[in-house]
Amino acid sequence: MLEVRGVTKIYNSGTVTEQCLFDNFSLTVSDGQFISIVGSNGSGKTSLLNIICGSIPVEAGDVLVGGESISKKKDYQRYASMGRVYQNPAAGTCPNLTMLENLSLADNKGKAFNLTRGINKSRVDFYRAQLRELGLGLEDKLHMRMGSLSGGQRQAVALLMATMTPLKFLILDEHTAALDPKTAEVIMELTDKVVREKHLTAMMVTHNLRSAVGYGDRVLMMNRGRVVLDRSGEEKRQTSVEELFEMFHKISMDCGE
Amino acid sequence: MTDLLISTLIQGLVYALVSFGVYITYSILDFPDLSVDGSFPLGAAVTALLLTHGVNPYLTLLAALGVGALAGLCTGIIHVKLHVRDLLAGIITMTALFSINLQIAGSNLTVERSMDTIFTAAPAMALLGGLNLQGRKLVISLLIVVAVKLLLDLYFRTKSGLLLRAVGDNAGLVTTLAKDKGNIKMLGLVISNALVALSGSLVCHETRSFSATMGTGQVVFGLATVIIGVALFRRVSFVRGTTAVVVGSILYKLCIAVALDLGLPPNMMKLITAILFLLVLVVSGRKGEEIIHA
Repeated sequence: MLEVRGVTKIYNSGTVTEQCLFDNFSLTVSDGQFISIVGSNGSGKTSLLNIICGSIPVEAGDVLVGGESISKKKDYQRYASMGRVYQNPAAGTCPNLTMLENLSLADNKGKAFNLTRGINKSRVDFYRAQLRELGLGLEDKLHMRMGSLSGGQRQAVALLMATMTPLKFLILDEHTAALDPKTAEVIMELTDKVVREKHLTAMMVTHNLRSAVGYGDRVLMMNRGRVVLDRSGEEKRQTSVEELFEMFHKISMDCGE
Repeated sequence: MTDLLISTLIQGLVYALVSFGVYITYSILDFPDLSVDGSFPLGAAVTALLLTHGVNPYLTLLAALGVGALAGLCTGIIHVKLHVRDLLAGIITMTALFSINLQIAGSNLTVERSMDTIFTAAPAMALLGGLNLQGRKLVISLLIVVAVKLLLDLYFRTKSGLLLRAVGDNAGLVTTLAKDKGNIKMLGLVISNALVALSGSLVCHETRSFSATMGTGQVVFGLATVIIGVALFRRVSFVRGTTAVVVGSILYKLCIAVALDLGLPPNMMKLITAILFLLVLVVSGRKGEEIIHA
């Protein structure tokens, strides 16, 4: 279980542009839940993910995993049990390393990065099989520089890399936003598949209301650092894109935008 | 003519270790490390001091590697632990080292002819006794450069080496691999400055002298050789970066040697260095904004 408890986050603290985003914000995510988070720009979706991952400091509050606080842990320590895919396809891979080198790095997560060979030849067949499952023809491009692949291909590899070793939480930060609609759909399908197969707890920030409705078993709508809609189970299944859009429109009006 | 060519080759080889160091920080780690201007004379100072005290010349190489590694560690700690910007961290170490070098070896220190260097000691004479001094210098510096190059190539293909390359390429990814990117940057700085100090040590063996100002311009030299080397072999994929920078170093020293041979006063050296560097940047079309990776 992942818990965000009583978090206060203030940007530009102590200056004239001081802005309180979260004031005593709390959220509980049960194991195995796949949550979609929607909301307008500046509503705190990405900040929430960054707080969970330890990328940004908070003024008050706690983040707990299985009842134990991880607030004292550095960002890289938290990633021991988390994987993350970013909006920018370039962020999830090393552009100047080959795909094989990238996959080897991801495969070694949690183990020592010592003076043994960086690439384990006996794993190449496994990588090929994994890539073949993506259905993007990447299995023949193991020796290509990552940077020479398209955004969609890189994002697919980034997703594969983020979920290659055993993990509990998958953090998806608008990971289909930079892709064309067709590729975005492919990546969403892959995401759903890997979350189900590995029984991951996933949090996905998205601007695509259709993805938020079509995938996952809980949907949150955020506005100005608060959860304004939280539906799961049957209630979530009954939620339509139109309903979400209506709601979205309403909170935007309230803000005078 | 042959003499000039051989001495240029020797120059290119002993300074190629600076190129390796700068290649690691600038090209691989994406870290503009200015400590080089301090760690290069540091290696020479320690070597000069040890040689004048009659220490085994081959041990001075290890000592130089050690003090260079320490210098790199200082820059790393200043940057990673004290959160000082990369350029400033290097400048701080470089400035501090200037005084430290003066403390170690004074403003100038000459190694007497009676003292052995790595080029005149018994093992060198036993193996290469048939060659004259220039010949031994050439062979020994070539052996050292080739050994370092092969070791680096091997290292870059280990798990640790792969992670080092990843940090320069995409530091955020390394964080998601649950690794502390700061530690890896420090490791890179340690390796880089150890090699730079080793170069200083070789130069001290070669010239039998240390001077406090010998470090000035070594960063620029290193950057120029990395950019020349990488630009030359950009389209030749089987030439590794480590080989490319050695060629860059030799070509660079050749340019300087030709300039001096044409009657350029030695006092103009740094000016020529700066102009040459600018030329390399403009001709290679990189102008420094684009970082070259392994």
